[in-house]
Amino acid sequence: MGDPLYAHGIDLAVVLITILKVLLTFVFLLVGVLLYIWWERKFISDLQNRIGPDRAGPHGILQSLADGIKVFFKEDLLPAEADRRIYRLAPYLAAVPAFTAFAIIPIGDRISIAGHQTYLQLANPPIGVLFLLAMSSIAVYGVFLAGWSSGSKYPLLGSVRASAQMISYEAAMSIAIASVVLITGSLTTRDIWVHQHTWNWNLWQLGVVPFLIYLVAATAEVNRPPFDLVEAEQELVGGYMTEYAGVRFALYYLAEFMNTITVSAVAVTLFLGGPSGPHISFLAPLWPVVWFFLKLFLFVSAYVWLRATLPRLRYDQLMDLGWKRLIPLALFWLLLVAALRIGDDANWPWGAHHGALNAITIVACVAGAGLVYFGTLGAAIRVGSRRAQEEAESHGGVRV
Amino acid sequence: MDWVVFGVSAAVVLVGALGVVTSRNPVHAALSLVGTLFGIAILFVAQRADFLAVVQVIVYAGAIVVLFLFVIMLLGVDQAENLEVDPLVGQRPAAVGLGLAGLACLLLPIAFGKWEWLSGQPSVVGPAHTGTDPNVTRLARALFARYLLPFEATSVLLVIAVIGAVVLARRPLGSERLDETVREEP
Repeated sequence: MGDPLYAHGIDLAVVLITILKVLLTFVFLLVGVLLYIWWERKFISDLQNRIGPDRAGPHGILQSLADGIKVFFKEDLLPAEADRRIYRLAPYLAAVPAFTAFAIIPIGDRISIAGHQTYLQLANPPIGVLFLLAMSSIAVYGVFLAGWSSGSKYPLLGSVRASAQMISYEAAMSIAIASVVLITGSLTTRDIWVHQHTWNWNLWQLGVVPFLIYLVAATAEVNRPPFDLVEAEQELVGGYMTEYAGVRFALYYLAEFMNTITVSAVAVTLFLGGPSGPHISFLAPLWPVVWFFLKLFLFVSAYVWLRATLPRLRYDQLMDLGWKRLIPLALFWLLLVAALRIGDDANWPWGAHHGALNAITIVACVAGAGLVYFGTLGAAIRVGSRRAQEEAESHGGVRV
Repeated sequence: MDWVVFGVSAAVVLVGALGVVTSRNPVHAALSLVGTLFGIAILFVAQRADFLAVVQVIVYAGAIVVLFLFVIMLLGVDQAENLEVDPLVGQRPAAVGLGLAGLACLLLPIAFGKWEWLSGQPSVVGPAHTGTDPNVTRLARALFARYLLPFEATSVLLVIAVIGAVVLARRPLGSERLDETVREEP
């Protein structure tokens, strides 16, 4: 179950290996963020037909490092109306969950260091993916309190938008993750990965839909474009972090990109088979790590592509998409997966030895239930919006 | 080691609890509540109730206190309260009395070692960490097999509460709108 590192008692070597793993994860995330910021700026420049950063180092690769050093030497401002303690606390509440959430991601198979076997994964807690949800619910505080404690109006508006958005999409994201847990039968990220080994990726095991729901919800969760109306420059200056400067601003910046990396790593783990890939016997322990980082790189680049392609959503479109489309669809799909899973457990007659007839019946039943479900939902939404419109017209003629 | 964990998290719980009742600013009080909930979550982990710990963080810290903060911010009640006025006469002595009575109810069974005074049984489902089954599995068996009916009844209760809140908050058709003044005829 747990990491084999802790199976034979804890001695000095075990403690040292654990500290080494913590340090490696930390350094990887920091360096990863620096490189990702550079890659994002470079890639989006290419997409927009311009050059992008090219001064510091070859192809401007040291630009993020230079920016980081600069921001550490800037003055740390405190607005006059700010709530001091909370204003100082908030950036850490955003940055710490961003770091810790990565701890549960498996980046490779077991290796042995100094006679000790260990997983290439910082921690494999029995609660697994729930830890991720807990961290993402803590991250809301960082955003929420930043806006409130700044004591000025644009940050407050931005933080109210941000927290409404994060809470709304957390529901859809959790349901999408729940369908992964349902098909795996375990919460731990390692079991989820092993269950997908080698080509049984949840992406097609679950039929693409939960993956798409996760993709949309996670993008909204980390406030990436096209869901970045939290910090829409044209309306809100800079959203919840308008008043922040210096190191604290850097923490928010760091947390945002780190969250993008973590969310992509989770998507790779949950849906894209994690570190599994073609088996190559030459240097065997190395390849899972390579596959993992390759998938991660493709995923974070897709985020840049999304940013360059899609315009920002309006607030009502955002809420409609979250509550009226994603959550109902995610719930329906979860029930569908649950039905199939129960059928599997109870040996319902849809296997090869029972012929195709029963399978067709079941598919027809599911399709019928889906039609009724989405039909009722659509009717309810239409009635609701018509009533709201009538009410608005009878009270002054302004259409809402 | 167990004592260190218990001592630290108990201190966090107590400091948070004191913060909730002593802060003048509602936002600070809500944040102290988060501290308390975290301390309790650590205590759950120390008792190997991992699932309870993480649900504590997701549900209480992640949803309920965020909702508190939302209401505090949107209604603009985030100013310090005037503690001199007592809106309900005699509620403070009553609170002290009831609090002490509750503490006595909690401490007496512990002092006499009679847990069945509290729950009616020495233990409801047995220890959570014996055998090979993970904590989550055991909890799910208890919740969805033996206690399925109370569980479903609770969820129905919650749905009723939600519908009740919607019905109460909804304006009857044809009544005056609150924001009538900004919606004048063009």
